[in-house]
Amino acid sequence: MRAFTALIARDLRLSLRIGGEALTLVLFFVMIGVIVPFAIGPDKGQLARLAPGIVWIAAFLSMLLGLDRLFRNDDDDGSLLLFRHAAIPLEAIVAAKTIAHWLLTALPLLVATPVLAILLAMDFESWWRTTFSLLLGTPALVAFGALGAAVTVSLRRGGLIAPVLILPLCVPVLIFGVGAISGGSSGPALLFLAAISLVVSTFAPFAAALALRVAGD
Amino acid sequence: MSPSHALPQRRLKVSGLCCRRGERLLIDQLDFEVAAGEILLLRGPNGAGKTTLLLALAGVVRPEAGSIALTGGEADAGSMSDLHLLGHRAAVKPRLTVAENLRFWADMNGGERALIEPALVAAGLAHAEALEAGHLSAGQTRRLALARLLVAERPVWLLDEPTAALDSDGELLVGRLLDAHLLRGGLVVAATHHDLALRPPVRLRTLTLGVPA
Amino acid sequence: MTLDAAAKKSNWFSRLAHPGQFLSWSRPLVLPLAVLSALLFAIGLWLSFFASPEDYQMGDMVRVMYVHVPNAWLSQFVYGVMAVSALGTLVWRHPLADVAGKAAAPLGAVFTALALYTGALWGRPTWGTFWEWDGRMTSTLVLLLIYLGIIALWRAFDDQLRAARIVAIVTLVGAINIPVIKFSVDWWNTLHQPASIFTAKGPRMPLSILTPLLIMAIAFTLLFLTLHIVSMRTEIFRRRAETLSRQAALSAEAN
Repeated sequence: MRAFTALIARDLRLSLRIGGEALTLVLFFVMIGVIVPFAIGPDKGQLARLAPGIVWIAAFLSMLLGLDRLFRNDDDDGSLLLFRHAAIPLEAIVAAKTIAHWLLTALPLLVATPVLAILLAMDFESWWRTTFSLLLGTPALVAFGALGAAVTVSLRRGGLIAPVLILPLCVPVLIFGVGAISGGSSGPALLFLAAISLVVSTFAPFAAALALRVAGD
Repeated sequence: MSPSHALPQRRLKVSGLCCRRGERLLIDQLDFEVAAGEILLLRGPNGAGKTTLLLALAGVVRPEAGSIALTGGEADAGSMSDLHLLGHRAAVKPRLTVAENLRFWADMNGGERALIEPALVAAGLAHAEALEAGHLSAGQTRRLALARLLVAERPVWLLDEPTAALDSDGELLVGRLLDAHLLRGGLVVAATHHDLALRPPVRLRTLTLGVPA
Repeated sequence: MTLDAAAKKSNWFSRLAHPGQFLSWSRPLVLPLAVLSALLFAIGLWLSFFASPEDYQMGDMVRVMYVHVPNAWLSQFVYGVMAVSALGTLVWRHPLADVAGKAAAPLGAVFTALALYTGALWGRPTWGTFWEWDGRMTSTLVLLLIYLGIIALWRAFDDQLRAARIVAIVTLVGAINIPVIKFSVDWWNTLHQPASIFTAKGPRMPLSILTPLLIMAIAFTLLFLTLHIVSMRTEIFRRRAETLSRQAALSAEAN
């Protein structure tokens, strides 16, 4: 357990010390909200109707953007190799890194959603529904992301391939995530979303750890 | 760091080991044994498979055939957390301080924080502990990587070019660390081009790997 | 820590599955399979054009079905083949499983693309649009994206042994995920379109439709098997050629 928390603490500390990374991600997230009205027009009614979907797509793309960081640095400097001999199994290490990654890439986006809500003319009700569905859905996105990052860690061009691999797998997350916002069917959608997040974040560390082992071999 | 404190006894037995890298069979039918308190030096030209052998011993590279057995102590004690691997890359985070780097590895490897200070002293980095590791020279980074071996006590050390990037002072340091480790009943496999500065009554064996045909 | 790598089993299966053995026993299979597939195509096409009725609504367009349905079936069947190969790669680390998985991916992508293409051709006159965000078409499209991602991953690796195991992990994760995708897309579909345009097959298919459909499905499956074997053989030869040229480079270096 000490190793688990130490790893999370290290990743958070490194990111805070290097700085800017989370901020850049938030900036990208907000920028998507800024350019969408240029593309589809500033009509407030239309923006408000599309806003939940836009916020989800923005979150989705921002998270893909930060994916390559997840294992790349530790692989480059040899830490990943040494994690194989840590006091906790590689699966737990992947889980710890995934949690740290969620804290560093998903949480800042959740915090930044009010900005998008204002830009996209969302009312309070749809803002908090969107934020809540993001809160439930982002763990699945991060877990799939960890899998994609692990699979491509030994590739120099991995930064491009991982998103292409993960995107189709994330379709259900997107469907239920956005489905959870619009009234009517939001109950079952929220449950499905939570179920997917739970299942994916339970099993992805195993698949990702397997991929990391193969990559080292 | 009292040398009297003994490490769990381990015995490494390799038989019929074959390892392939890509298409090439780098290691072909290798047999050897290393006992507690012994050091095995791996020699051979570049590309002879020294690093591959170390990675195979570390359980990273899966051998094509043969077996690697690490025995002793408690019945089949957790193999992976029994050994330290020191590779080419230092696994040092430049934006963490020297002490933070060590504390992280102490936590990761189930070591003791009380060992951090003595390890820094032993590695000759005591003056630099509050410095960000990015400011260290290549030799100092190497010393920090060596200090990592000391913060979590493990009986088996697998070292790949332990003296790389070190000056003559550093080479002496490696010798001292190895002497102390062997004295406590540790087991070392080291790939190296240089002679290590070991103190004489040392149980040393050499294994020369050739370039495969 | 005892690693007993590559415990050599010598049962009939592992002997048959040895790449060299595979090359020799698959060689005489290619031609008969190809001929049989062509024959079934001839019969199936004749039946579907001349011996099956027009649809009272769709007219002659219904005949697209005889090509569309087999392709849609193969789009899933080939993924099944890939998933089994992936298990073979991960569990038994068998080189032939690697080759089988690699050879199947582009074939699966082509069959899936054909299913989408014929679906669009069929959709234009019947639904009045090439593309409809219908549950089946959407999940087939996502399946195509998964195939393309897997092909991209195969191509990104130089080391084919490592690639095989990495791709196998992705393939299996995809296999687990495909039913979830299917379910979510159906759910999404009913959410946005309460009345589905494409209701599932009619109550009973007359034999005059079922027979050509079945024959075409078998013909397409045999076509896949033929192409799969040929492309597996090609892949094995390609790997051998690569090994030879690498050895040549090494010996040139030594001289």
